[in-house]
Amino acid sequence: MSDNKNKLEITVNGEPLVVDEGTTVTQLLARMQMNRRGIAVEINQQLEPRENHDHRIVEHGDWFEIVTLVGGG
Amino acid sequence: MDNVLVSCEQADEFKVGNHVLHSRLILGTGKYDSFEEMRQAIEASGTACVTIAVRRERLHDSSGRNILDYLDADNLLLLPNTAGCYDAETAVRCARMGREILRGLENPGANWVKLEVLGDSRTLLPDPIETVKATELLVNDGFQVLCYTSDDPIIARRLKNAGATAVMPAGSPIGSGLGILNQNSLQIILEDLKNDDPDYPVIVDAGVGTASDVAIAMELGFDGVLLNTAVARAKNPIKMAEAMKLGVEAGRLARLGGRINKAKYASASSPDVGVITSRDPK
Repeated sequence: MSDNKNKLEITVNGEPLVVDEGTTVTQLLARMQMNRRGIAVEINQQLEPRENHDHRIVEHGDWFEIVTLVGGG
Repeated sequence: MDNVLVSCEQADEFKVGNHVLHSRLILGTGKYDSFEEMRQAIEASGTACVTIAVRRERLHDSSGRNILDYLDADNLLLLPNTAGCYDAETAVRCARMGREILRGLENPGANWVKLEVLGDSRTLLPDPIETVKATELLVNDGFQVLCYTSDDPIIARRLKNAGATAVMPAGSPIGSGLGILNQNSLQIILEDLKNDDPDYPVIVDAGVGTASDVAIAMELGFDGVLLNTAVARAKNPIKMAEAMKLGVEAGRLARLGGRINKAKYASASSPDVGVITSRDPK
């Protein structure tokens, strides 16, 4: 935890989160145990397709919405 | 009896956009006591299509319990919805995320959405202006849009003209169980939308309380019924799911069979001639 990487502040589903500079979306999802089927990711109110997750680097101030399917009518 | 229904269904396709459904019942997946109960109710209902909502993933619960583990996504068409959205912009974002999830699951439901843009949290009535706006945006984005709407015939027409794949007026408020409250308006909607386009799908969405409500909707000429609470909150959801299945089939067959006209006076079912007489006529 005490590495020299710069830290970035982001928001995920309304909650603040600090991540290392250079973190990819895929790494963020893995860290949050959300790297499974049935989710979608939006960054700053724009859908981020799953094929971009490996190379999209998280930026300071990014606003994430990570959603899944739930029961509903 | 089964054979009669099967042969009727085969000749009586329910086509919505590019999807052909083998049941005219669409079921919601909310409000069940458990995922297992939901799974059994879906099976008992015979539905081919269930609608699901899009919500934030929980940040602090990694138990991994997921509705997808209880939905037979290989055989069920999933219909993502925008339930809980109160403006067109949020509804469009929600629809795009639903499409992204379904693409990941390789479910054919990725190309459509049940659009719900609410205007008020107490009545859960739709906001007609935002619904029309969202329909236009989603149609432009390539979605097949199934629109939840009120029983207003003019808004229904606007939605069809905006490119909606199906229009889905409420029978009564969502979850109310009041059934079909305004038959007259709903019949006007059916006549208007199907006038030059008899196969255009018009579906009752919301308000159903029990199987007779579903049968009435189908007898009126609706192409299908979408319901959730009436099954999920029934005392026995699995029995009620089967009742809804039979209600849809009965109503549809009655519609195709063609009901008799209503008359003011009686009309005997037995012949007038040949009735026996008394030896001593009065």
